[in-house]
Amino acid sequence: MNALVFLVLAALTIAAAVAVVTNRNPVYSALALVSTLALMSCFFVGLEAYLVWALQLVVYAGAIVVLFLFVIMLLNVQRDERALPGPGTVVAVAGGAGLLALGVALAAIRTPFAGMPAVGEGYGSPEHLAHRLFTDYLVPFEITSLLLLVAIVGAVVLGKRRI
Amino acid sequence: MGIDVAIACGKAVFMILLVLQVMALGVFFERKVSAVIQDRIGANRASIFGFAGLGLINTLVADPVKFLLKEDVTPAGADRFLHFLAPVIAVVPAVAAFAVIPFGDVLEAGGRTITLQAAQLNVGVLYVLAMASFGVYGVVLAGWASNNRWSLLGGIRGSAQMISYEIAMGLALIGVVLTYGTLDLQSMVRQQGHLLWGWLPAWGILYQPFAFVLFLVAGVAESKRIPFDLPESESELVSGYFTEYSGAKHLMFMMADFVEVVLVAALITTFFFGGWQIPFLEADGFHVFGRVFALPAAWIVVPLLQVTSFLVKCVFFTFFQIVVRWTLPRFRYDQLMKLGWQGLLPLGLVNVMATAGIILAWGTTA
Repeated sequence: MNALVFLVLAALTIAAAVAVVTNRNPVYSALALVSTLALMSCFFVGLEAYLVWALQLVVYAGAIVVLFLFVIMLLNVQRDERALPGPGTVVAVAGGAGLLALGVALAAIRTPFAGMPAVGEGYGSPEHLAHRLFTDYLVPFEITSLLLLVAIVGAVVLGKRRI
Repeated sequence: MGIDVAIACGKAVFMILLVLQVMALGVFFERKVSAVIQDRIGANRASIFGFAGLGLINTLVADPVKFLLKEDVTPAGADRFLHFLAPVIAVVPAVAAFAVIPFGDVLEAGGRTITLQAAQLNVGVLYVLAMASFGVYGVVLAGWASNNRWSLLGGIRGSAQMISYEIAMGLALIGVVLTYGTLDLQSMVRQQGHLLWGWLPAWGILYQPFAFVLFLVAGVAESKRIPFDLPESESELVSGYFTEYSGAKHLMFMMADFVEVVLVAALITTFFFGGWQIPFLEADGFHVFGRVFALPAAWIVVPLLQVTSFLVKCVFFTFFQIVVRWTLPRFRYDQLMKLGWQGLLPLGLVNVMATAGIILAWGTTA
């Protein structure tokens, strides 16, 4: 991916992510979250992982955040009018985040970059990904689907008084 | 490099213009077909120098100009930014979805082979579904930002309905994807060029008739039109999520609706009715039972015929959806949800399992 494109996208993604936590209006926060996820999906395009890009858009931006928005509207959540956190909290959070970023940067600098391994023809294509998913990673895949099933059943049990 | 960019832009512009033309025709059908069905004359007032063109001037010139010149009202207490943004979000994904729909095979000109598809994407089906789900944001935000209870109810109904029917739509498409063994729309259309037993075009409808019915129903529900226009339902919610919109913004919501109708028509054409395929037409002319009728200047005539074929099929299914709209009454909300979750969803699952079983038994895809 072109370095300039990457930097612009990265800056926009971070700006959108900051907007998610700084907005006081939950609808705007949800929209900023969609923007963050959509911008993040662009990085997958840069990696030529079109399938992951499309799935990111369908699953996160298309389904999950729509549900967030739906719930915000249904519950009629209003603007958060509580007072801003005090300077102590801000300093602590900013310091923690800064330390984390510093750690990641140091680790990245100290690890020698040996170049990316070459990938075969059709890497990241739907066929390739499906093949890996249903052979090498079958058990994690099935466990994940079981987990989702448990979550759905749990939601039904909690939501219905009498089944 | 420069020429490649120009070609890519040209294809995109061509596709957008094509969509807007079919959409305009859809608006014209909406007015005149409804009039014929209800035994009226329909739009015939406006004319230019006495030329009314069967209501074309009325529907395609007078109405849009009137919309554009009307006062644009933002209600008091509305969220001004989102109120402005919602119609844009409604239109853009609907138009963007057309990027992966092929409108012809290849055009070989000047030593170049140009695929007649705006974006060749190996995950075309997923892209279309993603764009369809982005359309929900327009509805939800319009409902929320208007500061009006009717709008809010319309927005909530719209989001619930669109999420529900997207599942049925996706399941119907899984059957199609299993049949063709690809997510690429151009490759799907190419596979529909085969002939079964030497004479029957192998269109998707023959392999996936149930998926066609499911997709058609889910598609009409996605475009939020009667019998699924609960988000709008003028007898209950004034006009639902776009009650508080006027002028050009209202026009944009109407436009999004009609573009979605054309999108459903284009997808039905692509998945089930051979896309740009014309039976027996190959790259050099018609091949009928071993006899070849070569066409003059086939390099340009064949692609033109293919684009025309795609266009005619799209217009037909747009027309069909408009006839459906003016024929059926509206569902009740519980009926709508019941149809989606207890009707289409199980049928879609059965279709997927049956398709997978048949493919496994025959050991081959189409």
